[in-house]
Amino acid sequence: MTPTLNEYLLLSAILFAIGTGGVFLRRNLITILLSIEIMLNAVNLTFVAFGRALGSVDGQIIVFFVMTVAAAEAAVGLAIVIGLFRHRASLNPDSFASLKW
Amino acid sequence: MTPLLMAQLGLTLFVFVMLLNSAAIMVYVERKVAAMLQQRLGPYLVGPKGLLQPLADIIKLLFKEELRPRAADPLLFALAPIIAATAAFAAFAVVPFGAETTLFGLLDAPMKLQVADVNVAVLVIFAISSMSVYGIVLAGWSSNSKYSLLGGLRSSAQMISYELSYGLALAGVLVIANSLSLTDIVNRQSGAWLGVVPRWYVFLQPLGFLIFMTAGIAETNRAPFDFPEAEQELVAGYHTEYSSMSFSMFFLAEYINMVTVSAVATDLYLGGWHGPLLPESLGWIWFLLKVAAILFFYVWMRWTLPRYRYDQLMQFGWKVLLPMAVVNLLVTAAGVLYFGA
Amino acid sequence: MFYLFGAVAIVASLLVIAQRNPIYSVLLLIASFGALSGLYVLLEAPFVAVIQIIVYAGAIMVLFLFVVMLLNAPHEDTEEDLETPGVERRRLAGAGVRRFGGLLALALIVELWWALTKNGGETGAFPAAAEASVAAIGRALFTDYAFPFEVTSILILVAMVGAVVLARREPIAPAARRRSPGTPDLP
Repeated sequence: MTPTLNEYLLLSAILFAIGTGGVFLRRNLITILLSIEIMLNAVNLTFVAFGRALGSVDGQIIVFFVMTVAAAEAAVGLAIVIGLFRHRASLNPDSFASLKW
Repeated sequence: MTPLLMAQLGLTLFVFVMLLNSAAIMVYVERKVAAMLQQRLGPYLVGPKGLLQPLADIIKLLFKEELRPRAADPLLFALAPIIAATAAFAAFAVVPFGAETTLFGLLDAPMKLQVADVNVAVLVIFAISSMSVYGIVLAGWSSNSKYSLLGGLRSSAQMISYELSYGLALAGVLVIANSLSLTDIVNRQSGAWLGVVPRWYVFLQPLGFLIFMTAGIAETNRAPFDFPEAEQELVAGYHTEYSSMSFSMFFLAEYINMVTVSAVATDLYLGGWHGPLLPESLGWIWFLLKVAAILFFYVWMRWTLPRYRYDQLMQFGWKVLLPMAVVNLLVTAAGVLYFGA
Repeated sequence: MFYLFGAVAIVASLLVIAQRNPIYSVLLLIASFGALSGLYVLLEAPFVAVIQIIVYAGAIMVLFLFVVMLLNAPHEDTEEDLETPGVERRRLAGAGVRRFGGLLALALIVELWWALTKNGGETGAFPAAAEASVAAIGRALFTDYAFPFEVTSILILVAMVGAVVLARREPIAPAARRRSPGTPDLP
């Protein structure tokens, strides 16, 4: 059975939800960043699917930009994680809770 | 099972077997050429002129004990050589090595001598070579030994640094050729100017060719860029803890990567299978000759030049090769605009 | 084909968030990206598929892997991890966040499932479209989208400078230093 647009959107929704769950459920900074990457990929899939459905190349171009932004964000995020690790020797976000009341 | 499908499956098998054979031949060629450059004999005992030496090497490797350090991560330790070897073989799937052929009239329609003809072939090669970094970095990490880890990290840092120059040199060719498909690029290099000088891109892009070859040598971790696996510095780098089949897979992966880089360089810069004096259907002979010439160049470089130190290597990649590649691309683009392709 | 790639993507992503070992998480995410790349090929977008492998699976994940190896990231919920300062205090408070996160994810899926299936039988099948050539993408990128393209290059420059500055070596506070003195500083 040929997949329809709905099925692609559903797949992308599931992936996005998995990413969101990962961000909230994991207690490791790097895994949280990985979950954010999952979410960005789910969004990419949505864009490409809609681009295909509407016959426009814009979907792929936006994916290009999303990937670039994801790369930049991953680089800076990981640099921050390295800095945090050097400070507290821990990757658990609970260790960096000193600003909480 | 149409004849075309059978021919294509046969071609896939043929390419696989030929790649394996080429690795074995490269072992012999390397040792003989090294011997020649060092004015000694090289292997001559096993078989006539030492031609069965690779066979002896392979049999020896297969009979060795397969070791795994106790502290090594078993899954990753086993996975790393598989990734390295698979990426090496997969990259050759999109490289065409001959003109379309009807296999001496057995087929109705001509078939391309390429396992998979995708029209973004150049990018696919680039993508798969960036996957081969994982084989090395996982080997270094999972061995749980300091030499392996250092060698693995250095090697992967080197590979991803030189990938940039590799890609930009490629981009120079793409600007001239206006297509991402390797078959198209080769076909645009047929013919000759003034009937004498072949229309190869190496004459239009000499700097690009040099950058591509340099980056290719760095990508395959060969001398003078083989610091990560240098015996004097790091025992054996990322494959220190491997033995027998796993080691031979890394070994195989390295030689096949060399063959792939040579084949891609031939297709992009040296006109692929086009050459004088032979009909198109025998173009693969020219292809083999050109690839052999580049492989000889590879071996020659290894045994002639001293090794770059790691920081010199990284500086060269980022501060010299990358700007040169960018300038090459700019000049090429300007040239294409001015001369109108 | 779609179901195969989709299943691989979903299973790999689930394992990413379920795995304790961060290296396995990174490798599983690479597998998930590979499956997504296959889906892009099915959606007649070969350029995006290859770019996904080159950029995401080939570069960003290598960066993640490097950082995981550099920091020797501990497996989550192991002895080493639970002894880090501040964790015990917050562990109970963290449970509420976890429940919220799980509920949020579930709610998202249910809501989108409902939204996608309620349109009464309209299948939303794809029109027969031609494959977008790389030339068309390039043309649009440099004409309609030229401004975002240039801004993105500045963004990458800023990110590069930021990453180098943020990751610069500073002395670790002695109280938090649990490692043996002989740990090599990796290149």
